[in-house]
Amino acid sequence: MTAIVQSVSQSKSQLLSIAFAAILGLLIIYIAGHAQSQMLHEAAHDVRHATGFPCH
Amino acid sequence: MFSRIMVSGLFSGALGGIIAGFLQWYFVQPVLLHSELYEAGILTHFVGTSNSAHPDLEYIQPMRDGLSLIFSMLIYTGYAIILIAAMLLREQESETNITFHQGIIWGVSGFFVVHLAPAISLPPEVPGVATAELQLRQIWWFATTLLTAGGLWIIAFTEKGSRFIIGAALILAPHIIGAPEPDIFTGPAPTEIGALFASRALGIGLISWAMLGGLSAFFLKKETMRATP
Repeated sequence: MTAIVQSVSQSKSQLLSIAFAAILGLLIIYIAGHAQSQMLHEAAHDVRHATGFPCH
Repeated sequence: MFSRIMVSGLFSGALGGIIAGFLQWYFVQPVLLHSELYEAGILTHFVGTSNSAHPDLEYIQPMRDGLSLIFSMLIYTGYAIILIAAMLLREQESETNITFHQGIIWGVSGFFVVHLAPAISLPPEVPGVATAELQLRQIWWFATTLLTAGGLWIIAFTEKGSRFIIGAALILAPHIIGAPEPDIFTGPAPTEIGALFASRALGIGLISWAMLGGLSAFFLKKETMRATP
């Protein structure tokens, strides 16, 4: 019983880690690829176009 | 678990980003620079004008190219983190490990999700083409990648034939709804440049993602072996 509870809570925390990492990855993509601050846009301009993100 | 994703994501993303950055600089950037001459009005291509298809371009611009390389590494690190998170989710579900070669397939699938699927209705834009409002296109882009990822996941990991139809419907839905399109065409760039840019961007994307997938699986395996001696 304890073992089952333990493995359930372990897999829950692993799922949380996976979800948190995915959100962090999305955030990086948003900031580097989509955020529209003038400075970010100019610095990332060429890559945004080449990576197929909507730009301008 | 979290640190495993981060470490392998940073390694594979940085390496994949460098490779992608150089490929983009060599194959995509010249087309972009060429198009910018039309965007800025330095060259025009309406009836009665004939321009050389090979103008002098400033191929090496250290500041600009350096920033592009950094952002390429950043973007591919973001992609790698998401890809590895998805790989781990699958490894937990199936209780197997993803090999380097399977990683390449994961990478090609990632390419399909974030490059090819959105490009079906919203092709990679060279500077100097007409487009709809930016925010609408960004929303459509995110929605399309999420739906495509979900659809592809269902198709890849389900045995039931009926679910296959659901996966296909998710992938097709954003294109049936349609991407935001410009009301009028005002883009000054020649169609030859626009077409070459789109196919180059997609081709380089495919190569880069295939490498990213292999690298991600490789570093994930290394980190997993280190974590469980």
